[in-house]
Amino acid sequence: MKKSNKIFIPCEEANHNCDKSQYNEATLWEKIKLNIHLLYCRVCREYSKNNSKLTKIMKRKEVEIMPSSEKNSLKKAFQKELANHK
Amino acid sequence: MPEHEINPNRWIDKYSDYLFNYTITRVNDREMAQDLVQDTFFAGLKSMKNFKGEASERTWLVSILKRKIIDHYRRINSKKGKAEVRISYNSDAESEGDWLEERVADPFDKTAEDNLENSELGLAIHDCIDKLPEKQATVFKMKTLLGYETEAICNELNITPSNLWVIIHRARTMMAECLKKNWLE
Repeated sequence: MKKSNKIFIPCEEANHNCDKSQYNEATLWEKIKLNIHLLYCRVCREYSKNNSKLTKIMKRKEVEIMPSSEKNSLKKAFQKELANHK
Repeated sequence: MPEHEINPNRWIDKYSDYLFNYTITRVNDREMAQDLVQDTFFAGLKSMKNFKGEASERTWLVSILKRKIIDHYRRINSKKGKAEVRISYNSDAESEGDWLEERVADPFDKTAEDNLENSELGLAIHDCIDKLPEKQATVFKMKTLLGYETEAICNELNITPSNLWVIIHRARTMMAECLKKNWLE
């Protein structure tokens, strides 16, 4: 993704900065440029708003995922069982 | 012509998170949830021939899981020495104890569950993740749910950081769209 040193950035870059900031990977300068962009761009403002909401709900504790180690051992056990069914 | 096909090779990748999430909200014990999900996959394998393809694979697996969860509660209940309800699922006594694996057919509610919007956030999110193209789903999960570093994902999947961010952007756009009506408003 190309980077500009200008204060005014295109939507594409604004969204990219917004995505990065959802994972705390945007630099201060990137965040400043994003916020300036949001001042005058309604479309990106909408994206930004939904993006932050998405981040928030993904962090809620009801959102569970099977731990990788468990998933791997399940996979192994299942493969073994599967072989018996062929 | 059945609408859905059954193919156990991809079950773990495709359904384990959804089923795990489904179970954990109902049994509130991670280890137990893990066991129940494993039991469900094994039971599904045993009764594959009963799959008629009227419901999706996932709905069908969930219907097995539901019985497993009920069974689990009956088991703890009888351990406590409380009254145990014995139900006979079929007339011949010989197959007692085996009622589930051998007998599970397509659920009564058919595809109803597929179309129903999930009222539980965890399941709704996994629903939406399942709708993403596979690569997007993988990257999005690693980054958002497993919290992997960008660099780690790039190394593991052999992609560049800018690839990764493009994938993340597409995934997040679709996720927001998918969750919008019920969860983001």
